[in-house]
Amino acid sequence: MNGKKRSWTGVIAVSVAVALSLTACAPGAGSAPAESSGPVSKDVAGAGDVTLTVWDQNTDEGITDAQEKLNAAFSAKYPNVKIDRVTQSFADLKTTLKLALSGDNPPDVVQANQGYPDMGAFVEGGLIRSLNDYDGLYDWSSYYPESLLKINSFSADGKTWQGDNLFGISQTGEVVGIYYNKKILSQLGVEAPTSLDDLEKSMAASKAAGILPMAYGDIEKSPGIHLFGVVQAAIAGSDAVNELVTGAGGAWTDDATVEAAKTIQDWSSKGYITEGANGVSRDDALAQFEAGQAAFYIVGTWKQAAISEAMGDDAGFTTLTPKGADSPVTTGGEGLAWAVTTGSKNPDVAAAYIDFINNAEAAKTFIDENSLPSVIPADYTPKPGLETDVFDTYGSVTSSGGLVPYLDYSTPTFYDTLTSAVQQLTDKQVTPQAFTEILQKDYSGFVGSK
Amino acid sequence: MTVTTRLRSGETRTTGAAPSRTRRRRIASLKAFLYVAPALAFSLIFLIVPTLQTAWYSLYDWNGLSVATWAGVQNYIDIVQDEQLRDSFLHVGVLVVFYSFLPIAIALLLTMVISRAHALRGMSFFRTVLFLPQVIASVVIATTWLSIYSPNGLLNTLLRAIGLDSLTHVWLGDFNTALVSVGFVGTWLNVGLCLVLFLSGVGNVQPELFEAARLDGASGLQEFFGITLPALRGQITVALTLTVVSSLKTFDLVYITTRGGPGNSTSVPAFEAYNRAFNSGQVGSAASVAVVLTIGILLITALIGRLQPKDTE
Repeated sequence: MNGKKRSWTGVIAVSVAVALSLTACAPGAGSAPAESSGPVSKDVAGAGDVTLTVWDQNTDEGITDAQEKLNAAFSAKYPNVKIDRVTQSFADLKTTLKLALSGDNPPDVVQANQGYPDMGAFVEGGLIRSLNDYDGLYDWSSYYPESLLKINSFSADGKTWQGDNLFGISQTGEVVGIYYNKKILSQLGVEAPTSLDDLEKSMAASKAAGILPMAYGDIEKSPGIHLFGVVQAAIAGSDAVNELVTGAGGAWTDDATVEAAKTIQDWSSKGYITEGANGVSRDDALAQFEAGQAAFYIVGTWKQAAISEAMGDDAGFTTLTPKGADSPVTTGGEGLAWAVTTGSKNPDVAAAYIDFINNAEAAKTFIDENSLPSVIPADYTPKPGLETDVFDTYGSVTSSGGLVPYLDYSTPTFYDTLTSAVQQLTDKQVTPQAFTEILQKDYSGFVGSK
Repeated sequence: MTVTTRLRSGETRTTGAAPSRTRRRRIASLKAFLYVAPALAFSLIFLIVPTLQTAWYSLYDWNGLSVATWAGVQNYIDIVQDEQLRDSFLHVGVLVVFYSFLPIAIALLLTMVISRAHALRGMSFFRTVLFLPQVIASVVIATTWLSIYSPNGLLNTLLRAIGLDSLTHVWLGDFNTALVSVGFVGTWLNVGLCLVLFLSGVGNVQPELFEAARLDGASGLQEFFGITLPALRGQITVALTLTVVSSLKTFDLVYITTRGGPGNSTSVPAFEAYNRAFNSGQVGSAASVAVVLTIGILLITALIGRLQPKDTE
């Protein structure tokens, strides 16, 4: 009995020793690869045989085809480069990328989500490299508008978003706005809304006519970010929201945000949005809108191809202009940033690759596949109908500074905090004031720790 | 004289043999150790070391990428203080009722009925049907129930068909019904397992016992409490262990049906641990939840083990 006990203590002692030697000191210490700071070059052909491992999340139908075409074209141009493409959904990429990047053999090129939870953490951990040197070679700064470059930039230590180091470039543009059913609106005798007041009037008219004003499904939790983001942007305006999300100032308990929360709860009480939305899937709500059973639907421009296919000319796209502003303000930005990892053995090839799949030529490939490129070629005239609505809106909000970032960029845990709080808000589990206090608690904890 | 020499020689033999025998024993135990070494190394590398590492991480504030900062027991204090984490442990307590207590009660009731009707026709068919949920992949089960619970799903359609429109609900989207709805899937899942266990237990009871009870004019209830229930003590313990552990570990069902929503009304510790470790970059907090969950499961399993009748051991 005694001997048994002793051997067990032995095993535990050995295990503890092994575990401690494995962890050495604080977890994460010394795991970041050293950044190579050698001279950079545009030379790809001279790099010898290279296999470039690329992790992307371009899984939507049109976009994945565009990506395949671009990869094939790059390999055709540089036969010495073999591209090993690893593609997965956004959610899967988000969960696996951290592990892949912190491993010994990270991919060369990855698509990193913007904001503090992902890109900020990668920069802080020294896992992706600053592209300022390659920007000097490829001149991305003059190709992209300032507002888009800012979103992909961080301070060198990853603590301040929109800092002076560029960490990635993006292929596609994104604006979250309000799709509307033209037939229903003309039946109600109202114009496409361009302000929150207009929208509420149209929704009241729609409700009175027995038509569901806005299809909304939030079982996946993420659509809540878009609903709240659009309303908050239309009330608070671009400066206030930008300052909040970047951590530059303001509080979530500010009047405008409380007002936005009140508005949404009000919509829910009046039956303007789908009843029991927390149990309705995003796709079911979209299907409801596409089938002509609802007047409005809030989602991003990435659904343009699908909605246009389902509704043809019946669908329109609009954004809201805040009171006292001249141009619309709404949530949006650009697709995930293409970044080069610190551990990549061929940063020159990796940079040439991301330039190749993001440049003006690549933009045309995306348009061909019914997707909105981050920079619309100057000589391109969009097809009339939904594409014109979407392209024009994107052009005007990016040039007027009306783009406010996705709210979940605010803190590493804000996605969970915000999405579950919106579910509570629409189900009237919390008051608008309490809703904003939940957000502020998460926010002040993070901003205070920086 | 001879006796003493023999004794003496015997003594010398023993004293002389003593070290060699212990050496032999040592070699034998070393050999035995070699036999278990591969298995031990395996569990050391893949179970014990990661477990200890998790416990180590739980003492840090770490996003999984950068250098961690020492947090002491703060992550554990948060489990009590952070409403979201505390609630997740409360939710799992509710799930235990649905995953374990209810199925066992229902299965006992069914056992009572079925064991009375010995030669029930098509018994093996019913047993298969009731056990089927255990065989189907949990992802399939969760997806199926997601559809059953949807606003225009089977459940609501059924309620409308029989004129109970007022009872229709968005089951998984309503703060009041989501957790119960998830729990009910567990009940459905585990009844079959418990029933198959209990039926096999009843099969082991001498038929003469039932016969004697019936000859003495015992009612069905008396028969159940007098014979069946005591005979099933071992099976009930096993069922309790299996179902309670499965309820505490619940992840897949919540991950697929609600992702912890609406709000946090269906979040459970296993889901919180996953979400914090892989999505929101709170590895330390995730590790502390995992540690508390593991200790909780071990404790509860040990307690249930005490119910096990000693004679069957």
